[in-house]
Amino acid sequence: MSNPAATIVEKPRASPAASAAVNASLAPAAKIALHRTMVRIRRFEERSLHLYKDAKDNVKIGGFLHLYIGQEAVAVGCCSLMGKDDHVITAYRDHGHAIAVGMELNPLMAELCGKATGCSKGKGGSMHFFAPDKNYWGGHGIVGGQIPLGAGLAYGIKYKGLKGAAMAFLGDGAVNQGAVHEAYNLAALWSLPVVFVIENNGYSMGTSQARSSAGDLAKRAEGYGMAWGVIDGHDLYEVRAGMDKFLRAAREQSKPAVVEIRTYRYRGHSVADPDPPNSTYRTKAEIEEYRRTKDPIQVFQNALVAEGVLTAALIEQIDNDAREEVERSVEFTRASPYPTAADIQSDVYWETDNPSQRKSQGRLFFD
Amino acid sequence: MPVITYREAIRHALAEELARDANVVVLGEEVAQFNGAYKVTEGLLEKFGPARIVDTPISEAGFIGMGIGASMLGVRPVMELMFWSFYSVAFDQILNNAANVRYMSGGQINCPIVIRGPANGGTNVGATHSHTPENVLANHPGVKVAVPSTPADAKGLLKSAIRDNDPVFFLENTILYGTEGEVPEGEVVIPLGLADVKRTGTDLTIVTYGRCVLHSLAAADLLQKEHDISVEVVDLRTIRPLDMDTVLASVAKTHRVLIVEEQKPFASVGSQLAYMIQREAFDELDGPIHRLATVDAPAIYSPPVEAEQLPNPQRVLNAALAALG
Repeated sequence: MSNPAATIVEKPRASPAASAAVNASLAPAAKIALHRTMVRIRRFEERSLHLYKDAKDNVKIGGFLHLYIGQEAVAVGCCSLMGKDDHVITAYRDHGHAIAVGMELNPLMAELCGKATGCSKGKGGSMHFFAPDKNYWGGHGIVGGQIPLGAGLAYGIKYKGLKGAAMAFLGDGAVNQGAVHEAYNLAALWSLPVVFVIENNGYSMGTSQARSSAGDLAKRAEGYGMAWGVIDGHDLYEVRAGMDKFLRAAREQSKPAVVEIRTYRYRGHSVADPDPPNSTYRTKAEIEEYRRTKDPIQVFQNALVAEGVLTAALIEQIDNDAREEVERSVEFTRASPYPTAADIQSDVYWETDNPSQRKSQGRLFFD
Repeated sequence: MPVITYREAIRHALAEELARDANVVVLGEEVAQFNGAYKVTEGLLEKFGPARIVDTPISEAGFIGMGIGASMLGVRPVMELMFWSFYSVAFDQILNNAANVRYMSGGQINCPIVIRGPANGGTNVGATHSHTPENVLANHPGVKVAVPSTPADAKGLLKSAIRDNDPVFFLENTILYGTEGEVPEGEVVIPLGLADVKRTGTDLTIVTYGRCVLHSLAAADLLQKEHDISVEVVDLRTIRPLDMDTVLASVAKTHRVLIVEEQKPFASVGSQLAYMIQREAFDELDGPIHRLATVDAPAIYSPPVEAEQLPNPQRVLNAALAALG
């Protein structure tokens, strides 16, 4: 496991984006909170991987597990800009966004382990975290399939006359799906307040960008007459400064955009994709180079140390707090029950979950 | 009671629900300025304006998915598919997203969307435009499926569908759009999941839905006149939820069953019905359950032959005699 507090980024860069208004206006406590959220995501993800590999009775993760390690500044930077009428939807690498919008770790860890106390009652799993009370609409498993829904959130915002924006996240592997382009066209055609955020971590599963996508990813927006941009996703200040501009245009002028945020994932596509030396598509040296020079937590931490906002003691405290919070989520999960067989058929229909208000008749379930 | 067409009945349901609830919007290809490919939405743009009646590009995955996303925020989109056959290009949106989002979120999200449009053969448009996907749709827990046969049912069921908090897929029929029937004025709401006995009889139960109800009623007339056979015709009206009580009551009366459906036979709605009837009314049956479906091939173009590929009154009559044999 990596320890950001102990990692040395050899050449910390000064971030010109630190002085952007959206960042300069942040109080020290707010900056520390952003750092803390990134650390919490990383510790949560590392612990999840450990749990996956070291499954114990009652605390066991099944199926897929797509980790967000290395990409933390993207979700945290983007979601930190959300106002009350802004909404978020993403794909299956959804843990970081869930934590970034403010979901507690307990229901997330419980969901990973299929417990009834999970955020989706153990019915969704890793790829399907939802928190509509936090304007977080998932957590979707099919590559690109969530993007029309993201356009729909923007349609809903606009139809209701709200000054909000939708952020619809997709991976670099999703940009070639037809549904994404259909959503681009509708967003541009109807001036929907949506920012499509391509989190480009360089690989669609094991296929590099160069082997899967022609041309520049975000520039495809030009074909639809949409604004576009590219942001350095290793630098949280850059993410905030870059996204703020597009989100304001969406909220205030109902202008959609496509933004590519360049980032990197340290772990495999999912747990089924091995780390080097067993990886078929990248080297240990490549990963180490990113970790050494561009780790998003370390980059932001260095900036905050230089600003006098973070001290070594505080860094350690934040990390310890995150580890302890994650451990508490594991204990919470361990103590939580699984759903019962009787729970399989709840949450299928609104009507059967609200029987006193049911208007239809007849059988809704079959055997 | 006014006599109006099936098309007008659907239009009245849309207009009444648009007037009742500001969250209802109608979106689809050619629904606004063109007045609807089949003129179902004629006049709605003029009455409700472009914010409520919206022309979409030919982009089913995009606009259906968009409707699903909007419905999660409380908009109540009624999406028109020019043909239900086009559902295949939006399959992921309809059956992964709309059908599953409530479940995967542990019941936190509703998807009150209606997707409506015609789903039928018999118009000589070949295999790509003649799909009847009610069995495929109803195979997905979380969704509801309605297939009305008469103007009154179309109006009453569509009003229920639009008020429903679950996704409802509403399958109309281009050949029925011009058919007429009595429809009460004003508030007509027929609950989903309530079958209707369209004709009472004592010798044979025909369980059917959609346009096949009309074929079955025509066949029942001939059977009465020419063979002195009394046929009961049960119109399911909705496939999911399914009103088995009405079906089983009829079976208990007649003891003979013929299922008639405009479906390909394999794993059809009728297959499910036959399983359920034998399982729940085995002792009531005086013979095997019979089923008349579409002849098992892609929809043929050749007009006179397509009429023979689908159920029609003569084929229903022959099947009824076989079931009573």
